[in-house]
Amino acid sequence: MAMITADPQDVPKVESFSFTPESMAKVNALIANYPPGRQASAVIGVLDLAQRQQGWLPRVAMDEVARILEMAPIRVYEIATFYTMFQLKPKGRYLLQVCTTTPCWLRGSDHVMKACQEAADGVTFSVQEVECLGACVNAPVVQINDDFYEDLDAASTRRVLDAFRRGETPAPGPQVNRQTSAPEGGPLTLKGE
Amino acid sequence: MLADKDRIFTNLYGLHDWRLAGARARGAWDNTKAILDKGPDAIVEEMKKSGLRGRGGAGFPTGLKWSFMPKQVGDRPHYLVVNADESEPGTCKDRDILRHDPHLLVEGCLVAGFAMRAHAAYIYVRGEFYNEAQHLIEAVREAREAGLLGNNACGSGWKFEVYVHRGAGAYICGEETALIESLEGKKGMPRLKPPFPAGAGLYGCPSTVNNVESIAVAPTILRRGATWFAGFGRPNNTGTKLFCISGHVNKPCNVEEEMSIPLKELIECHAGGVRGGWDNLLAVIPGGSSTPLLPKSICDTVLMDFDALKEQQSGLGTAAVIVMDKSTDIIKAIARLAYFYKHESCGQCTPCREGTGWMWRVMERMVMGNARIEEIDTLYDVTKQVEGHTICALADGAAWPVQGLIRHFRPLMEERIRMRTEKLAAE
Amino acid sequence: MPIVKIDGKEIEVPAGITILQACELAGVEIPRFCYHERLSIAGNCRMCLVEVKPGPPKPQASCAMPVADKQEIITNSAVVKKARNGVMEFLLINHPLDCPICDQGGECDLQDQAMAYGFDRSRYHENKRAVPDKELGPLVKTSMNRCIQCTRCVRFAAEVAGVEELGATGRGEGMEITTYVQHALTTELSGNLVDICPVGALTSKPYAYEARPWEMRKTESVDVFDALGSAIRVDVRGNVVMRVLPRLNDDVNEEWISDKTRHAIDGLRYQRLDRPYVRKGGKLAEATWDEAFAAIAAKLNGLDGKKIAAIAGDQCDAESMVALKDLMAALGSPNVDCRQDGSKLEAGARGGYIFNAGIRGIDQADAILLVGSNPRLESPVLNARIRKRYLRGRCAIASIGAPVDLTYPVERLGAGAATLRDLAEGKGSFAEKWKAAKNPLVIVGPGALAREDGAAVLALARSLATVRDDWNGFAVLHTAASRVGGLDLGLVPGAGGRDVAAIQAGAQGKEIEAVFLLAADELDLSKFGKAFVVYIGHHGDAGAHRADVILPGAAYTEKPGTYVNMEGRVQLGQRAAYPPGDAREDWAILRALSERLGKTLPYDTLDQVRARLIAVNKSFAALDTQAPGLWVEFGKAGDVTDAPFETPIKNFYMTDPISRASRTMAECMASRQQQMPVAAE
Repeated sequence: MAMITADPQDVPKVESFSFTPESMAKVNALIANYPPGRQASAVIGVLDLAQRQQGWLPRVAMDEVARILEMAPIRVYEIATFYTMFQLKPKGRYLLQVCTTTPCWLRGSDHVMKACQEAADGVTFSVQEVECLGACVNAPVVQINDDFYEDLDAASTRRVLDAFRRGETPAPGPQVNRQTSAPEGGPLTLKGE
Repeated sequence: MLADKDRIFTNLYGLHDWRLAGARARGAWDNTKAILDKGPDAIVEEMKKSGLRGRGGAGFPTGLKWSFMPKQVGDRPHYLVVNADESEPGTCKDRDILRHDPHLLVEGCLVAGFAMRAHAAYIYVRGEFYNEAQHLIEAVREAREAGLLGNNACGSGWKFEVYVHRGAGAYICGEETALIESLEGKKGMPRLKPPFPAGAGLYGCPSTVNNVESIAVAPTILRRGATWFAGFGRPNNTGTKLFCISGHVNKPCNVEEEMSIPLKELIECHAGGVRGGWDNLLAVIPGGSSTPLLPKSICDTVLMDFDALKEQQSGLGTAAVIVMDKSTDIIKAIARLAYFYKHESCGQCTPCREGTGWMWRVMERMVMGNARIEEIDTLYDVTKQVEGHTICALADGAAWPVQGLIRHFRPLMEERIRMRTEKLAAE
Repeated sequence: MPIVKIDGKEIEVPAGITILQACELAGVEIPRFCYHERLSIAGNCRMCLVEVKPGPPKPQASCAMPVADKQEIITNSAVVKKARNGVMEFLLINHPLDCPICDQGGECDLQDQAMAYGFDRSRYHENKRAVPDKELGPLVKTSMNRCIQCTRCVRFAAEVAGVEELGATGRGEGMEITTYVQHALTTELSGNLVDICPVGALTSKPYAYEARPWEMRKTESVDVFDALGSAIRVDVRGNVVMRVLPRLNDDVNEEWISDKTRHAIDGLRYQRLDRPYVRKGGKLAEATWDEAFAAIAAKLNGLDGKKIAAIAGDQCDAESMVALKDLMAALGSPNVDCRQDGSKLEAGARGGYIFNAGIRGIDQADAILLVGSNPRLESPVLNARIRKRYLRGRCAIASIGAPVDLTYPVERLGAGAATLRDLAEGKGSFAEKWKAAKNPLVIVGPGALAREDGAAVLALARSLATVRDDWNGFAVLHTAASRVGGLDLGLVPGAGGRDVAAIQAGAQGKEIEAVFLLAADELDLSKFGKAFVVYIGHHGDAGAHRADVILPGAAYTEKPGTYVNMEGRVQLGQRAAYPPGDAREDWAILRALSERLGKTLPYDTLDQVRARLIAVNKSFAALDTQAPGLWVEFGKAGDVTDAPFETPIKNFYMTDPISRASRTMAECMASRQQQMPVAAE
């Protein structure tokens, strides 16, 4: 089961990190969302930007975030290890976050997990068990990078992963015949215009 | 069944345009200025009259909560904080609001923020809802551009801004003070109360934290009137409500229904019934993972509201109904929830940090029957040592599902232990 | 004041205190782990739960809840008992229970409270958690399996030490206390982490597996590694000082001590002078007391008193200093000085050389000006007090001197005396804040005084001081434990006498022929020309190497001694161990020598010496009290130079013979240099 990795020793050494001008503009936009002197509020968002740029969060990136936000580095390390979305080790191009919490498990997340594990090679796909993703009426769910793939079973999971492998981006959302969170086969309410 | 005309979330399924034009066509932002013109106190009164109880799980009366904010703004600004950190297993209603009807929420922020004399709202969206947050950010941008927010929001003369803040994966941030800590750039660890947020919340300023649904329904309530809203459901349990029906039903779905709808009707009318028929039902978790499960006998008749479920030693919670049919290994289903709480405990309070892991490990053995019968009592005792002894309610939420299991399925647990013991003896 | 009912007994308590504090006032014990009165409230261990009525139905953390009038507090109900039992059990399930090999054993809160509030067996049958140990440098040993995540250490580092380098990473049962980067904290107060840790997770590295608390004799004493005079306890096994711990003294050190105070003590075991030596044929040779005294007598016989000089060192007790002064007087020498750093402080006007406001005065100050002082190196615990004041807010803090990290923000006005002059003339924006302050506190450090224009700096600083009946905002920050005592006793040149510089100058020629160094090592020993040097002290340090005769004395732990701290507080140190070999208490050495020289000093017992102290200066009569000194003119108006103020402390870990002999201090220094190659320059 997924465990938070504190203090990772076995990660590749990254010598330096700085935000690209595009990322830096986003960093500044985030900081502007908060009152003056409250720039630490942006820490989650800025760490996320660093992770998007680097693919994961090496320590130098956390140190740079600390510097920009005028925080003690240890406070940033605490945050990066507290929230599960921060990746403290490199991962594959597609991160398969498989929800296995009870609502997904009830509807077969074990099979989905197995399909994902079979595909995981650490380069194209990395797999991670996650807690409830908040799409329970579309269980089982896998989050692939930013998108949710829903109503999966083993076969449809493989189909989605094959498409990624071919370089396609399969349409996210339910992988069965339904409109988002409406019942399968068509809404029973809100049908009128 | 609730009529479509009485539904607040008319784009729940995203069949229509979620942007400003579409939202306006559905009635959002319709003369919001008129609502604001009534003044903060009148708005709070109307909300109190509607009987709306918080939709995030605890069910605290929303209007009353708003009224706790200071009536005068001192040297510290007031803040509205919206809890969109939807993470309670079984719950996925706020997601639909964020992605399909974000303008209801943004308008709600203005109305609620104005009523509590705030000039800014922060909406804390769970980090995994990346696309949902993009919709919300876009909705805020549209509203600003249209003058619905900004220095003169809706022409009311009231300055109001809405900011979207993304989280990064922590269930605990759904606890209001943990959410505030996280919003301030710290670990999401719940604060000691007092002080309460209305006195010292975000940045030490008077703040109110509300669930997405509570805020998003406010404009419609104020437009159509408290009496209209209070006309649904039973007294003290009024209004319409988003229900999430997941698990072993034929057609899992989200739906807006009247409060106090019978559980059986909810499942049968909207979710295509229990897989294999009603008689194949084993148990239901009625309000998200923290609420103790109900065996079928109770499900036959129970109403889906705060008071009815409380009477059954459970709760409405977030109204997330998790259905389990007779094929379910219910011990394993609850063990998986025990793991969830262990994983999501922030770790500051001793009973939760240590107790959630203990409960989970014993539950894993209970799944295998690898225990002694007396250990069921020990486990129950541990849940009681966890419950009520921590800063926040996460530990309570961890204890209750296990308590519910033992309360209703103890014979099953005992049988599994006996079977394993016998099997071992035979070998 | 609110009246509350605690376990059925009514009691009136001060408003604004917590329920836990109210219970303490009522004599009701509340167990706790995370709560510490000098740290922010975390409320996370949940051990202090009590029932409160009116209030929520669940028990409340008494450490965090304020008292209210008519509150009923129940600490002995079944609910409370159950809660405590539960917390205790939870704390122990993942605790290794390795008390037999744990250095905290015998003084462990977890052990004690488990006895009082726990079960007698475990119901936990799962595997225990394993937590990797962390590297926290040469002073703090970690055993993280024992950690109960109370976060006292994290709060201490961030709040008191002012170094945000320790945190709790991860979450839930995976939460770990760590620096994440595995290095020693960059603080001079890290030893206090060991005291603050309620369990055996953080223990003393140098003391690891050395002793058990019940094996040691405990002696209450006073620290001499800086001029704060921290209250300490010296633990001795046999005749070896095993450890030094802080004692509570709210007026002085609260309950903290510096890493040097705590950990330089292994230096007491090395480089010791345990017998007299006499230089023969250029080499120091072992000698008897008689031979040593004979050598001195031979040199001094017939020598004009004006050619004799004496310098007292930084860690001397008042008894030895008064004996030195009296002996010099008897020998006819006016050449006595206790200011081996060359400070321009004057004896006599006490208000001119003490920390008049008292250490407690820092708490009342609303503006603080540091003049030529780096309190972080000169007195780390005092620096923590300034930081505490800063944290309370509404106190402008400025400095004139080198730019340094004091752990709190400081407005740096300039580098040297010229800036001070400008400020005294009312120039600059800080001058406005200074004038507006009710209790401004000017702290003058050694870096401002041990220089040519020191007297002029002193006069300028004096002009900035606010002095009223209830406030004297002039404060001298000393680094030497002996200095105020020495000035109180008048160990400064008499009429026509020479100060340290003049003694050295005289020694180059023929004007000074014999010099007594009373444990004085912080001097340039090459500047004593051909003078005959008698060194009285305890370590084979710089002074002993230059000496012609060595008389082995006692270190501070080995003699009863009177010390006057920088605020003028007279405190008694106690003997915790005996000096090694033939070494003796210093005043007794001088007394014996005086007899041999035919100038017998008029005291035979410690009591008689102490009576002499009071006769010289009646301030010695009042122990453990503090008051502002006599406020008269001092300093000398004059030109000041632009030369920057510089702290005399180049290396915090090695400032005196004991710490220079300490291997632990050497390790600390190496660790710090490794960590901060840039900052070290």
